[in-house]
Amino acid sequence: MIDTLRLTAEEATRLLREREISSAELYAAYREAIDARDPELHCYLHVCDDDGGEGIPLAVKDVIGTKGIPTTAGSKILEGYLPVYDATVVERCKANGLRVLGKTNTDEFAMGSSTENSAYGPTRNPWNTSRVPGGSGGGSAAAVAAGLAPWALGSDTGGSIKQPAALCGNVGLRPTYGTVSRYGVVAFASSLDQVGPVARTVRDCALLYSILAGRDPCDSTTVDLPQPVALPERTDLTGVRVGVPVEFTDHEAIEPGVRDAVQAAIELARGLGAEVGECSLPRSLDYGLPCYYLIAPAEASSNLARYDGVRYGYRTANATDRLDMYKRTRDEGFGDEPKRRVLVGTYALSAGYYEAYYGQAQKVRTVLIREHAEAFERFDVLLTPTSPTVAFELGAKTADPIAMYLNDLLTIPSCMAGLPGLNVPAGLSDGLPVGVQLIGPQFSENTLFRVGHALETAIGFDPVPLPLRGGLLR
Amino acid sequence: MAIDREQLLHVAHLARLELRDDELERLGMQLNDIIDAVSKVSELDLSDVPPTSHPLDVVNVWAADEPRPCLTVEEALANAPEREGDYFKVPPGGAT
Repeated sequence: MIDTLRLTAEEATRLLREREISSAELYAAYREAIDARDPELHCYLHVCDDDGGEGIPLAVKDVIGTKGIPTTAGSKILEGYLPVYDATVVERCKANGLRVLGKTNTDEFAMGSSTENSAYGPTRNPWNTSRVPGGSGGGSAAAVAAGLAPWALGSDTGGSIKQPAALCGNVGLRPTYGTVSRYGVVAFASSLDQVGPVARTVRDCALLYSILAGRDPCDSTTVDLPQPVALPERTDLTGVRVGVPVEFTDHEAIEPGVRDAVQAAIELARGLGAEVGECSLPRSLDYGLPCYYLIAPAEASSNLARYDGVRYGYRTANATDRLDMYKRTRDEGFGDEPKRRVLVGTYALSAGYYEAYYGQAQKVRTVLIREHAEAFERFDVLLTPTSPTVAFELGAKTADPIAMYLNDLLTIPSCMAGLPGLNVPAGLSDGLPVGVQLIGPQFSENTLFRVGHALETAIGFDPVPLPLRGGLLR
Repeated sequence: MAIDREQLLHVAHLARLELRDDELERLGMQLNDIIDAVSKVSELDLSDVPPTSHPLDVVNVWAADEPRPCLTVEEALANAPEREGDYFKVPPGGAT
């Protein structure tokens, strides 16, 4: 009997290879779990029927294009849209023995940190169903946590892989910018977006990353990895210099339970042989959010201009002429958050305001890059909380956009610098997961995997949500 | 107040958004809060700091000028809200 709550992709691969189970049995196990638990959790916007295909099932965030499979980006403006080609990341997964299990729920156009901005309803956190799974990739994180997929693809712009992973108790990697192709992925902010793996273990995460990564001729911002992905083996941290940015651990927005779990992880790292020291990233913490909430919306205002009702997606029924069609289509098709961001971005780029807002934000970005680079002269990896809080109640922050933006306080700065970040579950606080964020220099994924794997082994976190423990569920 | 109703209408027009009255009210207020918050970037004196547009500098990414298969006309029109022959059909008129 296949226990989807505990099966890793690595183990599933072995079982298939040694013919202990068949692809059909594997698919059936996940389908059964989805039928049982997804009506309540709403991780999936679309589940693929068994087409007799082979391979390890993979859940795919609904901002990633899948040929012939509905792709909505969590928006009404793409309701019914069927891509006519696969994103490169999907092609690579298929070529490596994976099959698309379904498309997971997301904040609309990946804009949000709770999945409550999805036009199709929120996803619930499997650890406590009155709480959010995080966002924008809440569907992927919740699906993996609830045993509804062995692993998933997510996308991260300001923390949309890392933060849901923290809130749902799984492992999520935001890769070095440029190592994973964005071709076929619904664009939000082109200098920030990266597709990455969400999994139950660091090794699974590394395995999926190795399938995704590498230069794509269809995405000219991609490069090859300087060295191949190394699946982590060692469980000690001898010789690793771990930096703890004081502003990221002492900030008043961080809940005591989160602080305690992260502190325990720091002590563990020390015990495993790491050299742990403090560093300071003051500008990154103070100016990271405003910098991101200028640059990302500016880029989004450009990327979302294509949704005009002409070639695909929703078109208003009420247009008097073509200009009217564009405007009404977009007002009727977009939800509030994309509208807010498009408006902020358009304003920041408009004549007379460009230098003061967007131009200045680009300079702040340089400051953030330099601040991180300085820290990496003394340390191999930085360790911080991923999210200031554990999963909050559905509806708690939806009335206040800025309160919602604060969820990204700790994930955004390294995203702005193009740096990779790995969330590793560190423990529980009031029965809800807490994650640590490991940040490294560009192309340091192997270091992140090594540190993550060692911590994961030492921490011994059980990724099965508390309400779902106690044996196999039908 | 950073952005008044006139400016908001102008920005909405640039963004090709037809905002309803209740949206002008609600989004207008939220926009002002957001612009207020992001204006924090102007606190820093960055006159001698170069801007960053790309976190990873890749230069001269060439592709050979060779024809490759691409979408067929049918594929390209597959999701058209309205189509006539090999064309996407749209209402006439109304500036751009």
